[in-house]
Amino acid sequence: MDMEFSPEDLAFQQEVRQFIAENYPAELRGKQDEGEELSKEDFLAWHKILYKKGWIAPAWPVEYGGTGWTPTQRFIWSEETARADCIRLMPFGLAMVGPVIYTFGTPEQKARFLPRILSGEDWWCQGYSEPGSGSDLASLRTAAVRDGDDYIVNGQKTWTTLAQHADWGFFLVRTDKDAKQQEGISFLLIDMKSPGITVRPIITLGGEHEVNEVWLEDVRVPVSQRVYEENKGWTCAKFLLAHERTGIAGVAASKRGIEKVKAIARTELDGDKPLIANAFFKRKLADLEIDLTALEFTELRSLAGPNAGRGPGPESSLLKIKGSEIQQRLTELTLEAVGHYGAPYFRGFGEGDNEHPIGPDYAHRAAPTYFNTRKTTIYGGSNEIQRNIIAKMVLGL
Amino acid sequence: MDFTYTETQDMIRDTLARFLGDTYDFETRQKFINSEAGRDPAIWTALAQELGMLGASFAEEHGGLGGGALENAIVMEELGKVIGIEPYLPTVVIAGGALKAVGGAQADAMIPEIIAGNAIIAFAYAEPQGRYDLANLRTTAKKDGAGWVLNGHKGVVYAAPWATHLLVTARTGGNQRDRDGVSLFLIDANLPGIVRRDYPTVDGSRASEIYFENVAIPGDALLGGEGAGLPLIEQIVDEATVAVCAEATGVMQKLHEGTLEYTQQRKQFGVPIAKFQVLQHRMVDMFMEVEQARSMTIMGTLKLGLPANERMAAVSAAKAKVGRGANFVGQNAIQTHGGIGITQELAIGHYFKRSTMIEGQFGSVDHHMDRYERITLAD
Repeated sequence: MDMEFSPEDLAFQQEVRQFIAENYPAELRGKQDEGEELSKEDFLAWHKILYKKGWIAPAWPVEYGGTGWTPTQRFIWSEETARADCIRLMPFGLAMVGPVIYTFGTPEQKARFLPRILSGEDWWCQGYSEPGSGSDLASLRTAAVRDGDDYIVNGQKTWTTLAQHADWGFFLVRTDKDAKQQEGISFLLIDMKSPGITVRPIITLGGEHEVNEVWLEDVRVPVSQRVYEENKGWTCAKFLLAHERTGIAGVAASKRGIEKVKAIARTELDGDKPLIANAFFKRKLADLEIDLTALEFTELRSLAGPNAGRGPGPESSLLKIKGSEIQQRLTELTLEAVGHYGAPYFRGFGEGDNEHPIGPDYAHRAAPTYFNTRKTTIYGGSNEIQRNIIAKMVLGL
Repeated sequence: MDFTYTETQDMIRDTLARFLGDTYDFETRQKFINSEAGRDPAIWTALAQELGMLGASFAEEHGGLGGGALENAIVMEELGKVIGIEPYLPTVVIAGGALKAVGGAQADAMIPEIIAGNAIIAFAYAEPQGRYDLANLRTTAKKDGAGWVLNGHKGVVYAAPWATHLLVTARTGGNQRDRDGVSLFLIDANLPGIVRRDYPTVDGSRASEIYFENVAIPGDALLGGEGAGLPLIEQIVDEATVAVCAEATGVMQKLHEGTLEYTQQRKQFGVPIAKFQVLQHRMVDMFMEVEQARSMTIMGTLKLGLPANERMAAVSAAKAKVGRGANFVGQNAIQTHGGIGITQELAIGHYFKRSTMIEGQFGSVDHHMDRYERITLAD
């Protein structure tokens, strides 16, 4: 056992650093620094650069367009992109439906969808939760009824992240009302431009339009767009949720977050000293760093331990719980650090609005980000559900 | 010993609760906080003229009801229950408190204006570099004949866009962080040389950055002694801090009640989620925080009249406890609601925004823990 990078790994690290330095879009960096809301084009700008380079899907098998990197190289990649504060790639295609399609899909589905996920031509969204089905996802009621070579889908989905940009959605639908809950669900790929689909915004506490309601009224979906067998969609759903939870640990991003809080605390004054010299604040930062180190090494053990390569198991629930709690504490510390200037509400730069926002740049989004980040312990299976999973699957209770 | 409210106090609470019940439902509130002015001035006028509420904590000789800090706490708690944005705290608690403390002609002139609802006074004390240190001031007032000339920048002045007057802390002597040399001024909000940049706050109110550019102010604007204002400022900020604790109690109560109600309606796995023990225990913990917030608010309020050190220790104990509790209750209310708690649609999220901002108002938990330790745990 050792934790040193090999010379090859170090060379790879250099290569990655240099690539990011030379290719990360400057305009995007500026928008991030100002705390501006990002457009679809902004999200895709970095995606397309990575696609061109062939680095868009490090986690995928090589045959489908993966990079063939070792787990260590993938770790270096996520470290370096976070360190350089690169925006997070949209996970819906790359980390969610892509792996479902290459694992469970037909050769036709793979050929049709995977290349467009990699290139960024198709933006995907996730149709899982419903107003009455959150933690109890399997109780979902959106129904698909067979009509010749099509399904006719009716129902309502909610919390559909960035559906306003989406070309395609992957949906869990009920295809057998009479079966046991989990056994009557199918996994459908639906063109978001299909007649009968309505996307309505939900505005969240920081004023963001990030999530949506998606209404489906008599939407026709060819049976060829069902992944895996009819009524076996829950298998895909569970597979995907476990994948989603791994990414959710967000170690590298939280490391970067800690550096940002430190920078703020070095700038903000507390009496005649910087805030970082305040013993209470320093203690909280240290606590957070130590907890993040514990999370990091727990994740590394699952990446490079004896179970490496077997795909995420129930331990990914631990990563999700601890990772999301750390993300929340980071936003809490940031809001605390900015003091009075957490209060002004910055609504983004309107058309022709040249006035600089109130207070220091790092304060503009501190409160909205804090509000918004409460979602991390709720989404992807709430932390209560994750604890149930650990109790049942790991502890055998 | 008696921890019951008087009949008058009960009447104040009931009258106000009824009025706010009729005028301040969530949808109405959202409508006026999103309007251009950010408030409905008729509510303030009604509070003053129909309910006589703005006089609850003032002496009868000024036209008030003869109450004090307990009455302020009652009003603030009720405002908290509706996440009210009325400028009661800066106008009545803070400026009113300062005027009561200095008395004399300034109090005689201004308190009736407050009670009548004619004066709205914003408290311009915070500065970008100052954090929670009330003496850390770069704003200066220089003697000029019979009056003063004011220069400086005050940050995040809540209610300033609505204010007729400003209560301003400024340095008339000494160095940036000295205890001596701090003075308190009550000035007209529209004097030449006052430049404001107004904006909404994340918790539904309005505030301003205020720049004083050679503002000439009259000699009688000075409240209390020249250069000796800090003890008075500390006193009124302590009064304001327990008033915020009272508001927090109202906010926390509603967060808790809303969560109880929601978990009994929301079904998952075939049962109301309130049936899950993990959520029951969480809601019990929230309940205990609400009760302790109420206790600490009363404790702090009752000790406002004690000598400065005892008062400060009590207020810091209250704010530290309440600040922590407000965060706990707010965060768990959202968590227990799930996704719907993070939307603008439900009131619960707006209560959460206010409970969040309360933690930092007049000093974070750390700030008050530190002040408490310095007073009570000195070596």
